[in-house]
Amino acid sequence: MPAVSDPVVLLSQAVSLLGRFPALAGADLRVDPGEVVLLQGPNGAGKSTLLRLCAGLAAVQSGTAEVMGFDVATRAGRRSVRRHVGLLGHGSALYDDLTVEQNVRFWTAANGGESAGVDAALERLGIGGRLRTVSVRNLSAGQRKRTAMAVMVCRRPRLWLLDEPHAGLDQAGRDLIDALVGQAVDQGATAIVASHELDRAAGLATRVVQVVGGHVA
Amino acid sequence: MWRDARLIAAKDLRVEWVSRVLTTQVVPFGLLVLILFGFGISPDLQTFEPGEATSKVAVLEQVAPGLFWLAVLFSALLAIGRSFAIEAVDGNLDALRLAGLDPAGIFLGKAGAVLVELLLLEVVLGFGSFVLYGAPLDNAVLLVTVVVSATVGIASAGTLYAALAAGLRVRDTLVPLLLLPVLAPVLLGASLATEAALFGPASDGWPWLAALGAFAVLYLGAGILAFGSLLEDS
Repeated sequence: MPAVSDPVVLLSQAVSLLGRFPALAGADLRVDPGEVVLLQGPNGAGKSTLLRLCAGLAAVQSGTAEVMGFDVATRAGRRSVRRHVGLLGHGSALYDDLTVEQNVRFWTAANGGESAGVDAALERLGIGGRLRTVSVRNLSAGQRKRTAMAVMVCRRPRLWLLDEPHAGLDQAGRDLIDALVGQAVDQGATAIVASHELDRAAGLATRVVQVVGGHVA
Repeated sequence: MWRDARLIAAKDLRVEWVSRVLTTQVVPFGLLVLILFGFGISPDLQTFEPGEATSKVAVLEQVAPGLFWLAVLFSALLAIGRSFAIEAVDGNLDALRLAGLDPAGIFLGKAGAVLVELLLLEVVLGFGSFVLYGAPLDNAVLLVTVVVSATVGIASAGTLYAALAAGLRVRDTLVPLLLLPVLAPVLLGASLATEAALFGPASDGWPWLAALGAFAVLYLGAGILAFGSLLEDS
């Protein structure tokens, strides 16, 4: 486990391939505890791959990469770091045939979280009333995102990795996401957010970095 | 490992209970295969009993064990494919990796859920075979043991190969191509052991049962050991 002052993310010339394509082509990045870093950049710049690398889901072909003190260039390091991070990616990672509550309870148990927090998380995300018994396949995109966020809240990760977290949400939902991230950071978490909605995300971020052509500018 | 296996199996069975794919698609498909086999082999077609020069039996009755297991294998492909289809969408596979569950637990959970589904399927297909083909029963203990052993093997090997193909775009067509040759020994052993259980003597079935048990243990072990790497690379 890293000391409090150690960087949460430390990449040096990190290369990560999608097939044969270098989605990250020598990225350098340092993220310190308590920061909310906004990743900006055009489509295909490597933002999502950077988040997946930090989550321990993307392999590092060359360079060095440490996340929360774990060497994610190694398979063992990637496996170890996963318990400590939460990723809200393009997919909501929900089972369509299960209800909102069944999904949140399953993933909370799978993530080793406490089931006692599920009801509070559902209420907080505005899906605790009649929606909790609705099948996920019948939810709107915004409601799916709220459900995925409820899973994240129950998981209580130390590093929040959010890929376009505001997409598909109404104004209240966006405010809620910002409040949840802010609250997590106040409690000691760190966040990296990739977003095209610059006005919204810039207000949340403590620092903005540009990702272009697989490099962090 | 066992806690994770229970969690995954309960989730998969709950998804199955809600979606009803087993009852509305897999079981009807299996019954359809049985009926089509019945059409393909005339009920009037007869052959001499083994070792008898005068007594004749229906061919359909004689080949009933093989037809039953073929129907099980084809139906199992649907159940196994479904088991990983629910993980291959919407980032679920990534979420499973992130959860930090024991890969061996995930394997056992998914194989366990497929096992339960296939056993339910086999009850229905067994009844269907009895009605359609009219096979007798000589040794129920051997029959039940053969069915359970063969099904553990099918569920284990199927889960392993489905994980191998999980991340590929061509997984739906690749899994049958990979799996059917691997399950050929199960088809052979289970058919001959079932034949012994139905027509006797039971002593002919025990060596095949041992082979089915060895196959099941082999693939259970391989799954427990290799599933982590497969999940990582899929």
